[in-house]
Amino acid sequence: MRFKNAEGQMSGMLCRLTAALFAVGMASSAACAADQPANATPHYPLKEPHELSWSFSGPFGSFDKQQLQRGFKIYHDVCSNCHSLNLVAFRNLGDQDGLGFSAEQVKSLAAEYKIQDGPNDQGDMFERPGRPSDHLPAPFPNEQAARSANGGALPPDLSLLAKARGPERGFPWFVFDVFTQYEESAGPDYIYSLLTGFQDPPAGVQVREGLHYNPYFIASDALAMPPPLADGAVDFPQNGDDDKTNDVPQTVDQYARDVSAFLMWAAEPHLVERKRMGLTVMVFLIVFAGLVGYTKRRVWANTPH
Amino acid sequence: MAEHTSTYEPRTGIERWVDARLPLPRLLWDSFVTYPIPRNLNYAYTFGAILMMMLGAQIITGVVLAMHYVPSGTMAFVSVEAIMRDVNYGWLLRYMHATGASMFFIAVYVHIFRGLYYGSYKEPREILWLLGVIIFILMMATAFMGYVLPWGQMSFWGATVITNLFSAIPLVGSAIVTWLWGGFAVGSPTLNRFFALHYLLPFMIAGVVVLHVWALHVVGQTNPTGINIKAKQDAVPFTPHATIKDALGMVVFMIVFAYFLFYVPNYLGHSDNYIQANPLATPSEIVPEWYFLPFYAILRSIPSKLGGVIAMFGAIVMLALMPWLDTSKVRSAVYRPLYRQFFWIHVLVSIGLGYIGSQPPAGGFIIVGRILTAYYFIHFLVIVPLLGLLETPKPRPASITEAVLEKHGRGLALPERTVSNTKVGG
Ligand code: HEC
Repeated sequence: MRFKNAEGQMSGMLCRLTAALFAVGMASSAACAADQPANATPHYPLKEPHELSWSFSGPFGSFDKQQLQRGFKIYHDVCSNCHSLNLVAFRNLGDQDGLGFSAEQVKSLAAEYKIQDGPNDQGDMFERPGRPSDHLPAPFPNEQAARSANGGALPPDLSLLAKARGPERGFPWFVFDVFTQYEESAGPDYIYSLLTGFQDPPAGVQVREGLHYNPYFIASDALAMPPPLADGAVDFPQNGDDDKTNDVPQTVDQYARDVSAFLMWAAEPHLVERKRMGLTVMVFLIVFAGLVGYTKRRVWANTPH
Repeated sequence: MAEHTSTYEPRTGIERWVDARLPLPRLLWDSFVTYPIPRNLNYAYTFGAILMMMLGAQIITGVVLAMHYVPSGTMAFVSVEAIMRDVNYGWLLRYMHATGASMFFIAVYVHIFRGLYYGSYKEPREILWLLGVIIFILMMATAFMGYVLPWGQMSFWGATVITNLFSAIPLVGSAIVTWLWGGFAVGSPTLNRFFALHYLLPFMIAGVVVLHVWALHVVGQTNPTGINIKAKQDAVPFTPHATIKDALGMVVFMIVFAYFLFYVPNYLGHSDNYIQANPLATPSEIVPEWYFLPFYAILRSIPSKLGGVIAMFGAIVMLALMPWLDTSKVRSAVYRPLYRQFFWIHVLVSIGLGYIGSQPPAGGFIIVGRILTAYYFIHFLVIVPLLGLLETPKPRPASITEAVLEKHGRGLALPERTVSNTKVGG
């Protein structure tokens, strides 16, 4: 009896002990997040990315062909002056779940590019028009050339960028993200926020020569890329009716959305196929689980367990 | 079980011919059809089957991926992207393999904690348990080397940090590290040998799994009561009872797996791994895969490098020592009111360590990390041995059947069918 009592006390004590332990844990982690010493490096990005709604997010998401085509035009007209897109081939632009260009369009698009090939029988390199199987050519022949043209900074290849940036989400968001499937929007949100986030540095903040202040940049408070977009810089083919309100706006905001969506496609070209197959598989598995569950009940019906 | 004798009867001439030469069908029949299992197993016990499924899935997807993968510093990253883009269903294979590794660890952690809860390590299952610990270690080695193969930034820097741990060994440390690397830094030779080992180890795991299952079939499964099978009505034949229950567990697990695979395939990885390895650019934070985070937290909680390495490996050794650290005569936590609470605290502490491992080692995180690390070892070295001596266990039922009937209300007689259903071999 006495022992029982002691045990009761002990378990009560235990609960309090655990509670205390976790309280200390939470408090001190909060504290260490809150009072950063003045000289510590601040946490980048300074501002969290905007959360946009994308056509491709969620379990039924798919790419918006028109948006991807506009995005490609922006890449083609602007970004490709500095950034390569090495992993994308012209033929990929014909993917029906992606930009959906026809075989003819792809062919003529590729032919607009000069591709270096060779060596030929004489041992010389030569240039020829692009073919659908070629990859998009890079703007610079090598890293050194790219750096020297960009004040020492290297414009990264954009093929995977939409999956290669994930600003920290922190607790408890990273738990919710499993269910909201936010992970897929994180990259495009980041690129959009970066492209629209160039601004004058706040008073007292010095920005080094050749850098451009941007609180959304993941690695610092300024980056070497000059603001690449300006209102009206890229002409979109419009639908031709006279009603201007039907037109796609030619604004930095719209450009940033479109090119971000395009880069998500470039990073994950099979996204739509994946989600489509996912739905089939999920429906199959759930029905199958129901059948197996029913069978299991029958098998165990007369065996209390 | 010892009293389980073979009931296999070869029916055709061919079966008799085989049975007289290599009684493999008999072995399978006795192991997976008539083998008696406790009737009261719950779904926590389906994770063994789930793990078998995951090992199979990893090996199959892995072998196909290896047909397309190029283990060289210049080609690895691009070849993985070629799999993702150009190989038919390559994205499916690769995402299956990558999320599959995480699912494998989710399942193995449930399996291990189930063992800790129901006392599965206790006499006479010590060897069974030790084989499990060996599988766990092999799994961790395999997963670590697998994560290096895509040759992204986290691959490269993770490999650098972890292999560097060996330099903590006095005198020969740095020589060992150079030997592991095949050079003076992580590079192509390292990648190449990791690929060879990553291909080899899963087959070694499969071998140890065979021993693990063999040992299991010698001593029999535990069950939530922790009481051995004493009479025929305590058990049911493996098929159909366990077969169908395991199947249900596997299908439900596959739903979770499919969710991650199709909807959040990159959630469990690090975005930096989509940047090609660059020895000149260190990522701002180097974080291992989630399933290593508790061990990583322990490593970083000890101020000395050698101490940290010892503590990290010690954390796994603790598991191996469980059969001898636990002094309790009672197997299952169901009848151990105090151990049950400490068990759940231990689970929370392990998760807490995982969270600490994902955070930068600064300020409060260091302090909490140290407290949790200390607690982790205190749990194994002090609490578990003491509890066995101090705790008064709850009264236990006389048999599995009694426990089951108690649950379903006393006075409920065993239905006629049950008795015939539970006929066990022998
Ligand atoms: C004038 C050349 C130039 C143009 C044009 C340009 N960029 Fe950049 N970009 C750079 C440079 C240089 C960097 C590297 C910045 C650094 O690391 O400081 C960069 C970096 C980036 C980054 C990576 C930021 C990070 O998180 O590391 C993204 C995303 C990006 N550019 C997108 C674009 C897009 C989209 C366009 C087209 C709308 C574009 N850039 C046009 C030069 C350019």
